[in-house]
Amino acid sequence: MARSDEILLRMEHVCKLYGPNRAEAAAMMRAGADKEAVYQATGCTVALWDVNLAIPKGKVFVIIGLSGSGKSTAVRCFNRLTAPTEGRVLYGAQDLREMDRRDLLAYRRDKVSMVFQSFGLMSHRDVLGNAAYGLEVRGVPRAEREKQAMKYLAMVGLEGWEHQSCDQLSGGMRQRVGIARALAGGSEVLLMDEPFSALDPLVRRDMQYELLKIQHKLKRTIVFITHDIDEAFKMGDTVCIMKDGRVVQVGTPEELTVRPADDYVRSFVGGADRTRVVSVSNIMITPSSIVRVHDGAEQAIREMRNNGLSSVVVIDDELRLVGMLSIDEALRARQTGQSIADALHAELVTVAPDTRIADVIPAATEAKLPIAVVDEENVLLGLVTKAAILAALL
Amino acid sequence: MNFFDFPAFLRLDTAAIDGAVRGFAVRAAGPLSAIKAFLAGLVRLTGLLLDFIPWPVLLLLAGALGWRSRRSWKRGALYAALLGLIGALGLWELMKVTLAVVLASVLIALVLGIPIGVLISGSERANRIIRPLLDTMQTMPVFVYLIPALLLFGTGSASGVIATVIYAVVPVIRLTSLGIRQVDREVVEAARAFGSTRWQTLRKVQIPQAMPTIMTGVNQTLMMAMAMVVTTSMIGVRGLGMEVLNAVNRIEIGRGLVAGGCVVILAIVLDRLTQSIPGGKKGRGNGGDSNGAER
Repeated sequence: MARSDEILLRMEHVCKLYGPNRAEAAAMMRAGADKEAVYQATGCTVALWDVNLAIPKGKVFVIIGLSGSGKSTAVRCFNRLTAPTEGRVLYGAQDLREMDRRDLLAYRRDKVSMVFQSFGLMSHRDVLGNAAYGLEVRGVPRAEREKQAMKYLAMVGLEGWEHQSCDQLSGGMRQRVGIARALAGGSEVLLMDEPFSALDPLVRRDMQYELLKIQHKLKRTIVFITHDIDEAFKMGDTVCIMKDGRVVQVGTPEELTVRPADDYVRSFVGGADRTRVVSVSNIMITPSSIVRVHDGAEQAIREMRNNGLSSVVVIDDELRLVGMLSIDEALRARQTGQSIADALHAELVTVAPDTRIADVIPAATEAKLPIAVVDEENVLLGLVTKAAILAALL
Repeated sequence: MNFFDFPAFLRLDTAAIDGAVRGFAVRAAGPLSAIKAFLAGLVRLTGLLLDFIPWPVLLLLAGALGWRSRRSWKRGALYAALLGLIGALGLWELMKVTLAVVLASVLIALVLGIPIGVLISGSERANRIIRPLLDTMQTMPVFVYLIPALLLFGTGSASGVIATVIYAVVPVIRLTSLGIRQVDREVVEAARAFGSTRWQTLRKVQIPQAMPTIMTGVNQTLMMAMAMVVTTSMIGVRGLGMEVLNAVNRIEIGRGLVAGGCVVILAIVLDRLTQSIPGGKKGRGNGGDSNGAER
């Protein structure tokens, strides 16, 4: 993970325990007992245990886990709707624990906003009244807050709906109101607690796309909770997998797929579509035979014969890709005395190493030759064959 | 040992309790008479306001409210006609006297009851303390506190208001508390997440969301206040109740039926009209549908 990113929110050794005998339960947890055993022995529920997270500014950080994994509790620690039993939560250098009531109100009003699973809309207010709520409690005058709210309602595609009652909207539209309400305050952090889980799959896909579009424009810091691995990988720059109140692994979707920390992550990630996560650099092969562009046709033919290949990659002296030469073209060049530079296929499909496998599938089905992976200087890094793509799909 | 006659070893000195209450009435005469003056004044003011309205206007008002509640002219005309019947029977003045006591009692019950309901919705401890009190108030026979009210405030409308409030305040407390507790948890969480103070959460979210339930409480409180009309006439509250009481004492069956019928008519009209007060979207929705016509 890029370490240069500025970290906006931090969780350090955060624990949250509910119920009686918390000290006893904490001692058992420290001794290595699991959540279920602790509950049986003490009646105390461990919602979070020793959670450490660093949320980079301007990125989407996804927390994923099954129900009861503590993900919703974790996100509520970031605006202190839930106060951790132990550990601290930091916004920049500010410790949330040290805020008094007034600081906390100011923090919630200006710095963090939240989107809820079942929308949390106020049915006695119209769409505009809901979207402007955050500004209203801050004391922004009506005209100004409504102007601001209208701007964000337009951004989420609800222009013209502002005087409708929320009861009359579909689920997707209600959540758009929820998102507009959260954006309208202009707060840096957006906490999203399973925002799309209550929506049907088609609407969910639209909403994911819309949110990505908005995020591309606004670059807010988003903490996104979900239980759907495809959603996690689609939305997240970084994904954190939680289980039983603990963090199992944090990484980019690709890291989680390629290097899962344990079987739990592997089985979790197994449900995801690998080709949308894994980049071609993971499946490319190093070309076994290469010829220089100023080598003769004879040399190219020998190279192919020695390696049992029907084509060969041609590069220049700086290792830059020039093209690919097939055996037919090499033989024709030898007959006519052409140089291989004139005989070769220059129109080769080239991709960057971080291209997702899914994105090269259409090109691969069309192309007769392998796809070349090159860096920004057009230096050849490897080849992706159809066989390798097929293997990745399985 | 005799196991058939229970040994009554705890004989309370009820005479001492009488004495204590009397003593208190004497010692606290100042504050008590101030309260009495305030309550009697409130009833008189309400009565004056009602006297200020000419009877055709009151009938039109009932009709208009009835029309608004059901979107039906027939309803409005029915309510106006029912009220008009009371006047036609010659009990218009008595009805206004009764209405003044009932409205003043309901006003005080709401002013006390809604904040208490809000308090016990938010505090488990307050709830534990107040709940048994509410149970007592609802089940204690009315006459038991009619007598001390008489002793402390004398006969007249002030005692009547106090007895009525004690009896009628319970539903609005319970239903306010229930309504606020039933507000969607996520909606309240959203209000907090956006930095609402407690007061803002209450005023902008919880009370508006609970409004339909609170309005049901208001309606129930009004109905219970109406139920006290005849009872409070025994401590000298004038109006339709007194008419019924006199008829009973003199065994005038016809007169009793007429006055009693007027109490029922007034209760029905007040009930339907308060049900129609829009308490948020939900309340209006329920009031407007077809099966709401006959409750």
